[in-house]
Amino acid sequence: MADVFSRRRLLTGTANIIGASTLLSGLPLRAFAQAPKPITVGFIYAATRNDYGWNQAHAVAAKRIAQLPGVKLIEQERVPETVQVERVMESMIQLDGAKVVFPTSFGFWPFIQKIAPKYPEVLFVHAGGLWKDTDPKNTIGYRGYMEEPHYLCGIAAGMMSKTGKVGFIGSKPLYFIFNNCNGFVMGARSVKPDATCQVVITGDWDNPVKEAETVNALVDQGVDVIVANVDSPKVAVETAERRGIMSCGYHTDLSALAPKGFLTGAEWNWAKAGDFVKAWQTGGSYPNLYRGGFRQDMVAISPFGKAVPQNVQDAVLKARQGFLDDTLKLYKGPLKDNKGNQVLAAGQEIANTDNPFKLSVKWLVEGAIGSTGLQ
Amino acid sequence: MREPLAAPTAASAPHSSSGVTYGWLLGARHLPTDGLESLLLSLAAIVVAALLFGGFLALQGHDPVAVYQTLYLGAFGTHFSLENTLTQAAPLLLTALCTLIPARVGLLVIGGEGAVVLGGLGAVIAGAALGGAPGPIGTVLTLAAGALAGGLWIASAGALKHLRGVNETISTLLLNYIAIALLNHLVSGPIRDFSQTLKAQSWSIPDAFMIGNIPGWSVHWGLVIGLVVCSLLHLLLRHTTLGFSMDILGGNRRAAQMAGLPIGRLILLACFLGGAAAGLAGAIEIVAVHGAASESLVVGLGYTGILVAFLARQNALAVILVALLLGGISASGGLLQRRFDIPHAATTVLQGLIFLCVLASSAFAGRMLPRRSAA
Amino acid sequence: MSGTFDLGWWGVALAIVAGAIRVSTPYLLVSLGETLTEKSGRVNLGLEGTLVMGAMTGFATSYLTGSPWLGMLAAGVAGAALGLLHAAICNLPRVNDVAVGIALFLFGIGLAFYLGKPFIEPRGPMLPGLPLGSWSDNPAIRSAFDISPMFFIGLALAIALQWGLKNTRWGLVLRMAGESADAARAIGLSVDRIRTLATIAGGFLSGLGGGFLSLYYPGNWNEGLSSGQGLMAIALVIFARWSPMRCFYASLLFGGASAIGPAVQTVGITEGYYLFYAAPYVLTLGLLIYSSSPSRTLAGAPSELSISR
Repeated sequence: MADVFSRRRLLTGTANIIGASTLLSGLPLRAFAQAPKPITVGFIYAATRNDYGWNQAHAVAAKRIAQLPGVKLIEQERVPETVQVERVMESMIQLDGAKVVFPTSFGFWPFIQKIAPKYPEVLFVHAGGLWKDTDPKNTIGYRGYMEEPHYLCGIAAGMMSKTGKVGFIGSKPLYFIFNNCNGFVMGARSVKPDATCQVVITGDWDNPVKEAETVNALVDQGVDVIVANVDSPKVAVETAERRGIMSCGYHTDLSALAPKGFLTGAEWNWAKAGDFVKAWQTGGSYPNLYRGGFRQDMVAISPFGKAVPQNVQDAVLKARQGFLDDTLKLYKGPLKDNKGNQVLAAGQEIANTDNPFKLSVKWLVEGAIGSTGLQ
Repeated sequence: MREPLAAPTAASAPHSSSGVTYGWLLGARHLPTDGLESLLLSLAAIVVAALLFGGFLALQGHDPVAVYQTLYLGAFGTHFSLENTLTQAAPLLLTALCTLIPARVGLLVIGGEGAVVLGGLGAVIAGAALGGAPGPIGTVLTLAAGALAGGLWIASAGALKHLRGVNETISTLLLNYIAIALLNHLVSGPIRDFSQTLKAQSWSIPDAFMIGNIPGWSVHWGLVIGLVVCSLLHLLLRHTTLGFSMDILGGNRRAAQMAGLPIGRLILLACFLGGAAAGLAGAIEIVAVHGAASESLVVGLGYTGILVAFLARQNALAVILVALLLGGISASGGLLQRRFDIPHAATTVLQGLIFLCVLASSAFAGRMLPRRSAA
Repeated sequence: MSGTFDLGWWGVALAIVAGAIRVSTPYLLVSLGETLTEKSGRVNLGLEGTLVMGAMTGFATSYLTGSPWLGMLAAGVAGAALGLLHAAICNLPRVNDVAVGIALFLFGIGLAFYLGKPFIEPRGPMLPGLPLGSWSDNPAIRSAFDISPMFFIGLALAIALQWGLKNTRWGLVLRMAGESADAARAIGLSVDRIRTLATIAGGFLSGLGGGFLSLYYPGNWNEGLSSGQGLMAIALVIFARWSPMRCFYASLLFGGASAIGPAVQTVGITEGYYLFYAAPYVLTLGLLIYSSSPSRTLAGAPSELSISR
């Protein structure tokens, strides 16, 4: 737990040092570092930014990026995934002078691809690792491998579950949801080999009544730990708390919502994009495609809840260290899917950064009860 | 005045407010003074709504004058803003017709949203089926397929009304939800393009079928299609026998029966045309913006169209002006968010206020200008 | 280990029953309110906006005052205010009540989202439920029978309204305003006033329905809270042929239909879940088709109602 906090303090501390040195460099006696020029950064959200979910994770990052020297932040919410986002991006660039734009919803990518060539002096940063060599050079795709923190949540869930049944609520049948689910299940089964996971896909990014109903239905089936991969897991976590079961969070820190039953959660570290902003400000270099898990500092876990004893915390942190050292591989053989097919033979290992493999995941691992709906 | 011809029903009594016939919906009609009066009333209503909204903003601590200046800037103030407004207005021109045309025969249809979705589905299915066709032909057929799908969808509600007496407002409302569920089901499985891991979307139509932007403007040709359709419909509704027959039916059903008009056919035709217009809007979204169907088709185009139709007092030419106004309000919403931190919902409040004021203003119709003797 | 908890298919049945009770309560409250309004001869399509406004007001009041019951009251009052606005505009001559409803739908939702932004994150106190399942050891059964008092209030209201519409003077007055405005005026009643009061009552109940959503189940306030329940309730009233007790049964039916989807997926049936979710709408449409006929208006429809012609 202390480890997780200190990383954040380190980031803020570094920002403060940079800020202080900027002040110094304004003095008549020239300092060695050049003050970064002022830059306007625009964030575009598909929904509201205080949703305790996907958008809030980005808003948290936006606030941190706004603290970087010279950065002025403008934000716009509720932009749908249609041609309107093109207009919003252009409006930010033309009317507000934005030089870095963060269209934060997954589905904004095709529109970024269209607009970016028109504005080579603007950097477009997209939360979705889709960049290819043919894409404009002033765009960045970045994404965290959420399956890694989900694995850690699975360990906590497996160790804490009394019934051996956990539950995974997913929003849409997409590859990253399946990978997260597999991570969760494999983590649980790594400490409790007989654990099973009921998988329910609600079909909506955001539908509080359905999510609440799903949690209730899962609890009626004997599930006692859930994690919800929906745009705002707030309702699911609160419903779980009311039913007296445990929960894991997603996107951002939800520990305040479930004082009794919260274990830990899978969080994004979108603030890493501050590096890209700095690079753009100073003319430095930046990667066009940046994907990673713990090792690349793109994901994090939430602070542990009160219910989590020390031995569970140790197990989770040990696994986390395994990801940091790259000694722990998420997908390794022998591995079967939940229909009995052999996916990986004994001795086979998939690198944690093997993206094509993850994109191709259309199955759920053994132990998951449910289907992806895809062949 | 626009009172219905000798209706023997109780509701035509002077102070009845259950509004049973839809004669009032027809708005500006044969007498020039009535048209002028209608226009003045609508303008007065918009001014009143603007004042009320300004008061609302002032209560919140914002400067109404500054807000309205920004609203103008964001809607019409620059070339870019104007493009933005036109982009927003383009689909509204067509979806408004889905309410407008059935209103001429006395039906209140609110199924634009469902028709747009069906139009999109029809377009992608046809587009994919027509694979090797030459570009322009493929585009035309794809658009036609979308229009056909939307037309049939609403026509079915019309058939239910005529054959079974099912209220069209409720049935088209239900059809909206059914259409959206159908869309989600199809794009998650049966017509899904599985190579797109980005989101659940259908297979794409061939690139050759896509339409581009009007030269010199960043607005797609859908705008021109919308303008042409509105104008043609206006001619049809006002200057042909068919339009006149529809007027009679909308004014008084019994009179239409006595005149021997084919009521069933008129109802079906009106519903089909309305649905076809909205379906065309959905097909244009595919052909000009997305290239494939997904949940991005469900963004409220149909519901905003209802608003446009009512504000335009069911006059197809006025639809163009009203669509520009509402498009402008939507377009400037983003700027209001960024400059004043006014929530996105503010534009909805303004639209609702305008609608309420315009509706209330019809109470004053017939009293403002000296009347000529009875129509 | 899983013996006591694994209910298998019984779990599905339990989930559907429990879900039906939970999910039906807002439908019940809104449809009862709309029944009153429509019986008086007005149709209020703005109930979705009223519902959302009630939800926001209830949640905000509960959060600010610490009392969820005060929140429910505030939710009802907010709904009543929007009902008054609807009635006031519809009382003006030549105004179409369906259109005003759509305008209020827009206005209500916009206002609720606008004013409700600061309340999306915080957590306020929730309405308690009645622990009617405490006889059981099984936590699933206990939870399923943890029912909100609002459900019983709704049921009591349905019974009271069903009896009252037929047997009391105000019930007669209300129905007269809805069946024949001229006859009502002929005996000296103010039809406008009756309709105004009925619409205010309808708005109050819809506001309560919204308060239920935000203060009990799912017990949250955000912009995705209502998935069209207010509009669905209007269809429900027609489905129930303007009878309060039938509204009760229909609400349970719709609630159960909404709960089937998630419940069935937990036992592994995952195909076609979108089609499951369309079930309530298809059901309503089917019933409408079955029970309508071109030669007569829907049986039980108030004659003055604009949508029954």
